[in-house]
Amino acid sequence: MDRYRRRSAIDRLAKAACVAAVLLALVPLASLLAYVAAKGVSGLSLSFFTGLPKPVGEPDGGMVNAVTGTLVLVGLACLFGVPPGVMAGIYLAEFGDNRFGKAVRFSADVLSGVPSIVVGIFVYTLLVLWMRGFSALAGGVALGIIMLPTVTRTTEELVRMVPDSLREAALALGVPRWKAIVRVVLRTAAPGILTGLMLAVARVAGETAPLLFTAFNNRFWSIDLSQPMASMPVQIFTYAVSPYEEWHRQAWAAALVLVAMVLALNAGARLLLHRRAPR
Amino acid sequence: MMFLGGPRREDPAQGREAAPRSAPAQAVEKLRAEGLKAWFGATLALKGISLGMKERRVTAIIGPSGCGKSTFLRCLNRMHEVAAGARAEGRVLLDGVDIYGRGVDPVQVRRRVGMVFQKPNPFPTMSIRDNVLAGAKLNGVRLREEDALFEKALRRAALWEEVKDVLARSGASLSGGQQQRLCSARALALDPEVLLMDEPCSALDPIATARVEELIHELAERLTIVIVTHNMQQAARVSHYTAFLYLGELVEYDETDVLFTKPQNPRTEEYITGRFG
Ligand SMILES: Nc1ncnc2c1ncn2[C@@H]1O[C@H](COP(=O)(O)OP(=O)(O)OP(=O)(O)O)[C@@H](O)[C@H]1O
Ligand SMILES: [Mg+2]
Repeated sequence: MDRYRRRSAIDRLAKAACVAAVLLALVPLASLLAYVAAKGVSGLSLSFFTGLPKPVGEPDGGMVNAVTGTLVLVGLACLFGVPPGVMAGIYLAEFGDNRFGKAVRFSADVLSGVPSIVVGIFVYTLLVLWMRGFSALAGGVALGIIMLPTVTRTTEELVRMVPDSLREAALALGVPRWKAIVRVVLRTAAPGILTGLMLAVARVAGETAPLLFTAFNNRFWSIDLSQPMASMPVQIFTYAVSPYEEWHRQAWAAALVLVAMVLALNAGARLLLHRRAPR
Repeated sequence: MMFLGGPRREDPAQGREAAPRSAPAQAVEKLRAEGLKAWFGATLALKGISLGMKERRVTAIIGPSGCGKSTFLRCLNRMHEVAAGARAEGRVLLDGVDIYGRGVDPVQVRRRVGMVFQKPNPFPTMSIRDNVLAGAKLNGVRLREEDALFEKALRRAALWEEVKDVLARSGASLSGGQQQRLCSARALALDPEVLLMDEPCSALDPIATARVEELIHELAERLTIVIVTHNMQQAARVSHYTAFLYLGELVEYDETDVLFTKPQNPRTEEYITGRFG
C-alpha cells in the first residue's frame, strides 16, 4: 500500500513536470503569435491586399504583389523540390541499402546543412548571370533546392516506418512492387509525408536571404517568371529597415499574413487528408 | 470473376464426391516442392524439403515453433524472397511448372497462389470494403458485381454479419480476430487456385474457428489448401494430409488419419501427443 502511494506520488510529480515543460515550450510560440497579431492587425486593410507599394505619404499602399509573389515562389519551389525529393526519399527507403543510397543520403544531409544564403549565391551564379537578370524562376529554384534535402529525408523516414507486413500483403495479392509502393506504402505514409512537406514549405516561405540574389524584389505587379518578383519576406525586410512608421506597420501586417498563410496551408492539407481516410 | 489466368478445374461438382476425410490417393499433385531450401542471410531455415500437395485437398503443416512452417509456406508463392537477405533454392512445381524457373513472373504466381499471413495485415488506409476488393483494385481490374463479390467473400470468411453495417470503416478498426478473417476474405476475393493459410484461426474464438474450418472444407471442393496450424485437433479435423516439420526438415508426411493414429517416426509421435514442442 505504502509502495503504491509512493509510486503514484512519483507518477504525479513526473506528470506535473511534463505539463510544466510543455507550457514552457509554448510560451515563446504563443507570445510570438500574440505579438505578431497585435502588431500586425493595425496594418491590415483592404488596400493591403489590393494595393501596390506606394511611396511614403501616399495613402492606400499595399502588398498584393508580394503576397502573390510569395505564393508563386513557393509554388515554384514545390514544383522543383517536391517531386525529386519525394522520389529520392522513396528510393532511399525502398532500394537505398547500398553504396549509392548511402552517398545520396550523405549528400542530402550535407545539403540541408548548407546555409540558405549560399544556395542563393549558387543559383545567382548559375541562373541569374546566365539569364542576365533576377527572375522569379531563379527564386523558385533556390527555394526548391533548400526544400529538397528536407523533403528527401522526411519522405525516407516515413516510408521506412510503413510496416513490411503491408508491403507483403500487397505483394501477396499479386500486385507488382511499384504499384504496392505507390498505392499502399505511399498512401499509408501520406499523412506524415504531407506534414513534412508543410514544414518544408513553411520554412521556405519565410526565406529571405536566397531571394535577395535571385527573385530580388519588384515594386510593380508582375507574375512574369522571367522577371524579378516581390515576396513577403523581402518586402518585410525592406520595410522593416526603413525609417518610416507607415512601412513598419505594413511590415508587421505582412508578417502576420505570412504566418496566417502557412497555418492555413497546414490546416488545409490536414483537412484534405483527414476527409479521405476511412476510420 | 475468373480474371486471373492459369488453368482451372472445369467441374466443381467433381470435388463434392471426394468429400473430406477419406482422401482417395489418386488425387493429382497441384503443388510440389522438390529439395526446397531457404535461407535468411546465412541461416538455413529449410534444409531441403520435398513434399507434394494434392489438388482439392487440404494439407496441414504442423511442427514446433520456429521449425520453418511459415518459411515453407512463403516459398510456395515466392513471398520468401521478399524479405531482406532471404533466398530459396530448389524447385516448386505448380501444375508441373517450376515457379522458380527462368522467366516465371512471381507476380503471376502470387495471383494464382493466395496467402493469409500469420499476423493479420489489413490495409489501414482502406475501408473494410476496399480491403476485401484490394486484390482487384490494386491490380486495376474492373469488377462487375462488386457488391456480390465482396459480400460473398466476407460471408465465406464468417465476417459478414459483424461488419455489414460498418463497411466504410477502416480495416484497422477491427479486432485482431476480425482482421484475420478480413485477410482471409481478401485472399478469397481473388479466387486463387491454391490458398496458403498461416494459422488462420490463431486469434479466433471457437465459434469463428468452426466457421473458418467449415469454410476450409467448402473451399477444398474447388481449390488446394495448405494450412499451418499449432492445433492438432484442427489439423485432424480439416486436413486430408499432414506434414510434420522439425528444425527445417520434413520428418513425416502421410494421410492425416494415418499420421495421427500410427505415426512412423518417434519424433512425430512425441509431438502429436504433446510430449515436446
Ligand atoms: N525475417 C527473418 N530473419 C531471420 N530469420 C528468420 C526470419 N524469419 C524467420 N527466421 C528464422 O527461420 C526459422 C523458421 O521460422 P518460421 O517463421 O518459418 O517458423 P514457424 O515454424 O512458422 O514458427 P511459428 O510456429 O512460431 O510461426 C526460425 O528459426 C526463425 O528464427
Ligand atoms: Mg509461423
